Amino acid sequence: MNAPVQMRRPKETGVPDNKKYLHPLLLKNYGNWKYHDRPRPGVLHHVSHSGDEVWSVRAGTQRQMDVGTIRRLCDIADKYAESHVRFTIRSNIEFMVSSAEKVNPLIAELEKHGFPVGGTGNSISMISHTQGWLHCDIPGTDASGAVKALMDELIVEFKREEMPNRVHISTSCCEINCGGQADIAIIIQHTKPPVINHDLVANVCERPAVVARCPVAAIRPAMVNGKPSLEIDESKCMCCGACYPPCPPMQINDPENSKLAIWVGGKNSNARGKPTFMKMVTSGLPNNPPRWPEVAEVVKRILHVYKEDGRPWERMADWIERIGWQRFFEKTELPFTKYLIDDWRGSRASLNASTHIRF
Amino acid sequence: MAKKMHDTPNLDQLEDGPWPSFVTGLKELAKDKDYVVDLLGQLETSYRTKKGYWKGGTVGVFGYGGGVIPRFTELKDEKGQPVYKDCAEFHTLRVMPPPGMHYDTDTLRKFCDLWEKHGSGLIALHGQSGDIMFQGATTENVQKAFDEINEMGFDMGGAGPAVRTSMSCVGAARCEQSCYDEAKAHRVVLNTFLDDIHRPSLPYKFKFKFSGCPNDCMNSVQRSDMAVIGTWRDNIRTDEALAKKWFARHSMNQLVNDIVARCPTKTFQLKQIKDVKSGPSISSVAVNDTHAIEIDNHECVRCMHCINVMTGALAPGKDKGATILVGGKRTLKIGDLMGTVVVPFMKLETDEDMEKLVDLGQRIIDFFAENALEHERTGEMIERIGLVSFLEALEIEVDPNMVSTPRTNPYVRTDGWDDEVARINAKKHAAV
Repeated sequence: MNAPVQMRRPKETGVPDNKKYLHPLLLKNYGNWKYHDRPRPGVLHHVSHSGDEVWSVRAGTQRQMDVGTIRRLCDIADKYAESHVRFTIRSNIEFMVSSAEKVNPLIAELEKHGFPVGGTGNSISMISHTQGWLHCDIPGTDASGAVKALMDELIVEFKREEMPNRVHISTSCCEINCGGQADIAIIIQHTKPPVINHDLVANVCERPAVVARCPVAAIRPAMVNGKPSLEIDESKCMCCGACYPPCPPMQINDPENSKLAIWVGGKNSNARGKPTFMKMVTSGLPNNPPRWPEVAEVVKRILHVYKEDGRPWERMADWIERIGWQRFFEKTELPFTKYLIDDWRGSRASLNASTHIRF
Repeated sequence: MAKKMHDTPNLDQLEDGPWPSFVTGLKELAKDKDYVVDLLGQLETSYRTKKGYWKGGTVGVFGYGGGVIPRFTELKDEKGQPVYKDCAEFHTLRVMPPPGMHYDTDTLRKFCDLWEKHGSGLIALHGQSGDIMFQGATTENVQKAFDEINEMGFDMGGAGPAVRTSMSCVGAARCEQSCYDEAKAHRVVLNTFLDDIHRPSLPYKFKFKFSGCPNDCMNSVQRSDMAVIGTWRDNIRTDEALAKKWFARHSMNQLVNDIVARCPTKTFQLKQIKDVKSGPSISSVAVNDTHAIEIDNHECVRCMHCINVMTGALAPGKDKGATILVGGKRTLKIGDLMGTVVVPFMKLETDEDMEKLVDLGQRIIDFFAENALEHERTGEMIERIGLVSFLEALEIEVDPNMVSTPRTNPYVRTDGWDDEVARINAKKHAAV
């Protein structure tokens, strides 16, 4: 008999201290920064109360990186920066350097290796996204591919700072929306109730939990072909897919009928107005890999109108608040359909209870 | 050398175009790894059929109950065998990054070496919850990879009904708007809940996020159950040299249209210098020889707009701390919820202040664990029971800063009104 294998116990050390990973100037001036400016798109210049200055060069990445790409970024950091990097919430990488002379050679090297420099100020930054077909267990579409295809088209605006304000875009492969609130969000919108494999439900799903998961109480236990299963009141079902994660035999993803919707006007910042949720402005776009051209067309159209019409410092939500929804739909040439009028809980708050109408 | 590549006509199209391509990266890895050759085969199938082919399961590391996202292929042939057998298992390890996601290249290179050895060689920096995601390992290799990661001083993140990996902004390390030590708060709080991170046993997930100012770069207000957002109570600070420098580079039109007109409470005014008020709540600074900015800080909601536009000329005050908002989440099940104010202001300077933050988090999680329904987020629980029940359980006094408006309907039983007024008055007197 084999001796019992001695398993290694984890060292439950938790979140590591970031002090040992900070660029030396960041460590030295921790909590003592005075202001910053941007000498050019993609470069932040921070000045400390101590008089120290640091330049940060921001570049876009593909987020899902092979070790070769990460090593290339490390080589660049070692040779042209000062061996310290950080990542932003939108998967951009930042290289910190202690003198202005190091900025241009660093930018040249990044661009030589195909890493676009930008994503600062009033640019369109990298798209915050999810896992999709690459790794998720419930995806209606892909994430990395859709983002790559869209960023190929938006890269010019990533490298410039010419939008009215910053533009955050997200994509999500199901209605859970892991991509999050954004100025523009691209999200799967299912249009058909789940297709149930009744042979598997009893063995795979905890049925009461699935019943409880449904936001509209459309699921109930049922015997189907002599087996315990679940059935759906299809007149109630609004195809959200909430039942699918706890019960994979309730397949919600549909290669043809799972569509893409576009939402606009979400923001998290408290600047000017309070944080806002984004609003659905179109749906029914085909899930069309590998480059999703129909989605790109609508996103670019909205961005074009916003760029032309937005005033300085207006985020997407601020711009729409000024021009009104009537004008938004006119300018973007998107159809305003009955599906865009909310009927979920609290929906009356989204109706116009006034005579405020723009003509 | 790995085996022959599968045809990937769809994925090949994602190698075109100027943005860095993850497909090119995967193909690089596939030169040496059958594992990634087959991953590309499965992904190409998804691109062709528009279906996902991963299912979950149970994979973990010794001593922990979560943090690994198990993935087994469901793409099987007629005999039930995986079509792409070399990537039949493709698990992800979620690992907590240092606050602010700072690294030295030595650390990143070590990650690459160990993940090339034990995993697919694909690392996502970072996932939507902030994890370093080591994507793609067999069940057998998960433990080996984790042991090496753990020996480097990194620990597993959260998954399932657990306290999740957190994020904090660059903050004090490189931002003049930082209103507290985000990294310290992040570590002190998260490292209190390691058991709840590593051994999922809550009703559902619970997320903390830490943003150093109301710009909320961590999107905490709608992505976390407990958002810690930096703010300040005293007056906006001013710097005349930088204000004049800003104005010299801009114009009166920009000052009026981009700042004065965009102040949400219209407390930011432009005046002739001779007309500027003074007083304990007034910030003012000249922009040229004739004109000055005047801000009555009592009416300022700390939105950050003017500070963002004139960074350095204007800056957050010195009496800094944070506002705590609770209950933010994304769509399922009842629809999106923003976090709402539970603590309008708390100091976060001393160790005792940090202890109070930890204590608040502990009490909220304890209440959540006791009272939330299965798969119910904190915000949904508060919607179900009402904010007042939540506050009373936590022994937090109500505050007008917690609402946009008082109630607009009379459907409330108020026979406790007099007692409540007496209680509030007694408390006021006791405090004097």
